[in-house]
Amino acid sequence: MSQLVFIVFQDNDNARYLAEAVMEDNPHAELQHQPAMIRIQAEKRLVINRETMEEKLGRDWDVQEMLIDVISIGGNVDEDDDHFILEWK
Amino acid sequence: MAVKNKKLNLKDKYQYLTRDMAWEPTYQKMEDIYPDERFEGIKIVDWSQWEDPFRLTMDAYWKYQAEKEKKLYAIFDAFAQNNGHQNISDARYVNALKLFLSGVSPLEHAAFQGYSKVGRQFSGAGARVACQMQAIDELRHSQTQQHAMSHYNKHFNGLHDAPHMHDRVWFLSVPKSFFDDARSAGPFEFLTAISFSFEYVLTNLLFVPFMSGAAYNGDMATVTFGFSAQSDEARHMTLGLEVIKFILEQHEDNVPIVQRWIDKWFWRGFRLLSLVSMMMDYMLPNKVMSWSEAWEVYYEQNGGALFKDLERYGIRPPKYQDVANDAKHHLSHQLWTTFYQYSQATNFHTWIPEKEEMDWMSEKYPETFDKYYRPRYEYLAKEAAAGRRFYNNTLPQLCQVCQVPTLFTEMGAPTKLSHRQLVHEGERYHFCSEACCDIFKHEPEKYVQAWLPVHQIYQGNCEGADVETVVQKYYHINIGEDNFEYLGSPDHKHWMSIKGEKPADENQDAA
Repeated sequence: MSQLVFIVFQDNDNARYLAEAVMEDNPHAELQHQPAMIRIQAEKRLVINRETMEEKLGRDWDVQEMLIDVISIGGNVDEDDDHFILEWK
Repeated sequence: MAVKNKKLNLKDKYQYLTRDMAWEPTYQKMEDIYPDERFEGIKIVDWSQWEDPFRLTMDAYWKYQAEKEKKLYAIFDAFAQNNGHQNISDARYVNALKLFLSGVSPLEHAAFQGYSKVGRQFSGAGARVACQMQAIDELRHSQTQQHAMSHYNKHFNGLHDAPHMHDRVWFLSVPKSFFDDARSAGPFEFLTAISFSFEYVLTNLLFVPFMSGAAYNGDMATVTFGFSAQSDEARHMTLGLEVIKFILEQHEDNVPIVQRWIDKWFWRGFRLLSLVSMMMDYMLPNKVMSWSEAWEVYYEQNGGALFKDLERYGIRPPKYQDVANDAKHHLSHQLWTTFYQYSQATNFHTWIPEKEEMDWMSEKYPETFDKYYRPRYEYLAKEAAAGRRFYNNTLPQLCQVCQVPTLFTEMGAPTKLSHRQLVHEGERYHFCSEACCDIFKHEPEKYVQAWLPVHQIYQGNCEGADVETVVQKYYHINIGEDNFEYLGSPDHKHWMSIKGEKPADENQDAA
């Protein structure tokens, strides 16, 4: 059986960079646009890298900043200074 | 030369600002300070194993919450200043908000109380901090929802006394009793009920597709508070999953206790969300996704992945999930046809879906809608056209556990009413399902005390025995304004005048 992790962002300016970074670092992920939101799902694992986000934004970015734009998640969370990871092990 | 500030990394900061703020008591025994931690039978060997993967500390919490609030209230202001209520898809939509404000927002406040309470009951500092943050979140949700809807209250009926109605109105005892059941349980059951079963497994169904639907219906204020609340929810969901894993890892004796709670609270949550199924399919004039589709994505797919992950602990999917999965084809239709009949006693209006809406339902529910539900609406529409708009004057029989009227059908037999009964200490009790009957059997001493609105009316505890008195005086529902059919209601007439169309009654005269 497939085991999908997912993350949903508000469809706003911040989240568009987030979505771009996620899609770049997780080529196996699938992105869906729904009214006012962006939903990304992937088999087993999704990672958000601080480094990729900082490159996209052109400024320092704290991983916890994503708390402002995230609507929902599915999967076990592992967060540190450099990554936010969603995973079914 | 400026020296760069040494910054603690996230893990160290979390350690210093949560766990290290706690201390070992010496004057009093731990079990006297935390007296409620043991009676449920849950065994905790080592609280230091508790993980908060977000590693959120109070300083970061205030910073991000403040930013969320600033964004949110800027939008509320813009919405009010620009008369945003005039830009929604149709005034029928506002009825979903009436149900939300009287059914859901008070639950946010109940959650605030619940987390404040359990945040005092755990001897582990990590758990206490997480519960305290969630308590503040829940209070914020309750307040922002009331602020968002206060604008609608200026222009539409039925929104004027939500907390009062929540404590008294017959169908609002469904959400109220759900949370009262959780809050009157022990602290570990409360977390399994609310953090895990409700927040992790089921709230996506309320806050994600419904809020996306609010956006699709032009309701900028609601989608904004919904998603702002949901940004906290991501943290709550993570807490829910961590709670379960933590309890299960602590001791093998915890597994059967947790499994029974998961069975119970999945079912309690599923019954509560039947109200949401009708909000999605019937109360959003512009439709995003059907209840059945939302159930497939947010329960069958995501819940499937979750319960597969929990297999390693000896946990299986909730006992009655097959019944819930089967019900996705029927739920919203059975609920709406019931509410349609009892609109004389609700703070919102009901109506017969328009032709395009019925066609949408035929498409989304190909196996069931045309066969079982469309004919009912066609009949009800014919009755209404002949001046006999149907209201059911017999009070419904309520389930002793979930308090929903016994309106559901058997799995695989959609024309057969699902009903169970049993006699306990000389009294007969009625249930909507095997699952609710099971819940009763395990804790009859709790559920015999249920405050069932219909019984209370018949016992004379609601200021009168006739519907008018109960509705007006006891519920504070204004007769002729808040209740009855949508077509021709003051809200409908007001909406038509906003849109520069003829009032409804003139249209009807012409027809």
